[in-house]
Formats: sequence, structure tokens, C-alpha cells
Amino acid sequence: MLSQILYALPFLAEGFAVTLWVSLLVVVLSLIAGVLLGVGLVYGPAPLRWAVRIFSDTIRGIPILVLMFFVYYGLPAVGLHLQSFWAAVLALTLFKTAQVVEYVRGAVASIPKGQSEAAMAIGLTFRQRLTSVIFPQAFRRFLPPWINGVTDAVKGSALVSLLGITDLMQAVNQVIGRTYEAMPLYILGALIYFAVNYALSYASRMLERRFAFIRD
Amino acid sequence: MGYTLNFNLIWRHFDKLWGGLLLSLELAVISIAIGIVIGLVLAVWYVSAGRVVRTIIAAYVEFIRNVPLILLVYLVFYGVPTVIDLAYSAPTSFVVTLSVYSGAYLVEVFRSGLEAVPRGQLDAGKAIGLTPWQRLVHVRLPTMLRITLPALSNTFISLFKDTSIASVISVPELTYGAQWINFNTFRIVEVYLVTTAMYLVTGYALLFALRLVERRFRAAR
Repeated sequence: MLSQILYALPFLAEGFAVTLWVSLLVVVLSLIAGVLLGVGLVYGPAPLRWAVRIFSDTIRGIPILVLMFFVYYGLPAVGLHLQSFWAAVLALTLFKTAQVVEYVRGAVASIPKGQSEAAMAIGLTFRQRLTSVIFPQAFRRFLPPWINGVTDAVKGSALVSLLGITDLMQAVNQVIGRTYEAMPLYILGALIYFAVNYALSYASRMLERRFAFIRD
Repeated sequence: MGYTLNFNLIWRHFDKLWGGLLLSLELAVISIAIGIVIGLVLAVWYVSAGRVVRTIIAAYVEFIRNVPLILLVYLVFYGVPTVIDLAYSAPTSFVVTLSVYSGAYLVEVFRSGLEAVPRGQLDAGKAIGLTPWQRLVHVRLPTMLRITLPALSNTFISLFKDTSIASVISVPELTYGAQWINFNTFRIVEVYLVTTAMYLVTGYALLFALRLVERRFRAAR
């Protein structure tokens, strides 16, 4: 049993690399899209605000799995052909983007109104108010929930295995298919996910301590 | 586009989706009920226990929270029966998984709720001569439940969405029904549009109903 698992380790490592790559892509892409849409939700014109609100409430209201199947099977039907890898990344990114939008909205809303009134009173332009007063403070409020959400991206990435992508989850399943050592391999897989996510949440607590505290 | 929407086949097989939705709700309700019991017992135990018990409970919570649900579902359904001589159906297996999963999240919810119960209430309970057990049942738990109600309803909604994972072990819930129709009729866009709508309407109806319940109990402060 042990030798079979040792033999499978390089294969699992390849799957693990895919898991990390998917997670990284999703985290980075959703950060960019989510911050842009989030700022649009708070400061944009009414049609944009409604569009982002509907996008976010819809995406957050359905299971990621359904979103993923919708994107994967649905896009080719309307003539858009994406590799399964990118379809999976797109679906996970859409989901995460909706979360980031809410973190941004919450962070900006938590800044007292007096801050932007004071900035207005000393004659800052709208843009200066955002970049010098609101965003630096909102950033500290945004960071803790966002960092906590990074582990969700790693966990969510396990669903790409259902589209035939050989991530860690799929690699574990394939090794089990070959060796029939279900329990040891699921536990090994769980421990790898656990190690990554635990390290991430530890790092997040450190960062939180460093950045998130606002002295009033 | 070259794709014309045609919902006829969806309606013909709608029982797969409707039955699936009911099963999804059933799985979520049973799982959160068991999860609440696990969460309550462990949270109450945690706040009064020594270091060893605390470490074990914390290990359970951290392990579950840091591992993908789909892996836990596989582990319980395909892994556990290879070690223990037990036979169980896929729905049972999923309910066990989701209960243990939600239990881990609810321990945290209840634990912070217990800590948020004002000290004065416990002192008042002591002052009128309640035993520790009476203080727990009549003072601490009711107040804690009121504090944690919003978190509880959020957990329930998210468990309802998590039931879609049951499709990977062929539990015929809503997502499984959608896939069945997808593979058998190829009305892909239609079936996922309808399924999305069903998840959204149910999810928001639940949210609305639970918010009403929260308001009802919050008013009684």
C-alpha cells in the first residue's frame, strides 16, 4: 500500500500544481474584476449599479457547480468554444468576482460619511477623495474578508475535477481507480488541501494583524 | 447564434427537476438539524472543557473547514466503507457528510454566540438561584440562539446550495436532475436556465422567510 502511494506521489504533485494554478488564476482575475465592478456598484451610474447588483445576487444565489456546468456545457451551445480548463476558470472567477464585489461594497460603506465630507470641505476633487481618503481606509476593511475567501477559491477549485481536469482531486480519484486504496488516498488528499488552506488562513491572520486594524 | 430556445423537453422532464428540488431541500433540512445538534453540543462542551477536549474540537473544526466538501463527500461514500464494514445509500452518505460539515461551521457560530451572551444575564440567573444547568437552558442558550439566528439562516441557505455536490455520488437532487436532462435531451441552455431560476427563487424565498423569523425574535429583546 505504502509503495503504491509513494509511486503515485509525482502524479499527485502534478495535480496539486494544477490546483494551485487554477486557484491563483481565479484569485487574481476575480480581484481585478471584482474591484472594478465593486467600485462601479458604489459610485457608478444607476444602470451600471443595477447591472452589477443583479450579476452579484444571481451568481451568489446559485451553486458553483451549476454555474460551472452552465458555462461548460452552455457556452458551446451559443457558439463559444472554450477549453474545459478555461471554462472552469471562467466559472470559478465569475463566482469569486461576485464575492469580491460584496467585500468592496462593504468596505467602502464602512467608511464614515464624515470622512468624505471632510475631504470635500478641504476642496479635494472626487478623484482625490477616492484615492487619498476613501480607498486607503477601505483597503484595510477589505483585506480580512478577502484573504479569508482565498481558501474558498482553493476549495472551490476541486470542482474542476468534474470537468475532467486533472487537479489534485481528480489525481486522487485516478490513483484510487488504479490502486483501490480509497481511504488512505482520500485522507492524503484531504491533508494536502488542509495544509495549504491552513497555511493560507494562518498567513491571513498575520496580515490582518498587520493591516486591518484601524486606529480611531 | 444558431441556437433556438425550446423548453418543451424541459417541461416534459420537469418532474426530475421538481423532485430534485424537494430532495435538495430535504437533504439541507436534515443536515442542518443534525449539524445544529453537533454544533450545540460541541460548542457548549468547548466553552467549559479543558485543553485536550478544546484541541480535539478545534482540530475537527479546522479540518472540515479547510478541506473541499466534494472530497469529504467522496471520502464518506467511497472511502469509509472500505475500512468499516458498513453499507449505506448515497443519500444517507451525503446527509452524514453534510451534517458533519455543517456541524463544524456551527460550532464556531455557537461558540462565538455563547461568548456574546452578556455576563450580567448569567450573574442575574445565579442571583435568583438557578442551577448551572438551568442557567444554560433558560438563560444562556435562548439568548445565544437569538444572537446566532442570522448566521444560522445564512448557513442554511449555503447548505441548500451545497446539496448540489450530492450529484457527484448520483443522489437525484436538483443538479443531478439538470444533468440528466442535459445529457438526455441536449437542451443545455434551457435546462440550466430553469435550474438556475429554481435555485434562485427557492434560495431567496428561504432568505426572505428566515429574515422574517429573525425580525420576530429580535424584537423580543
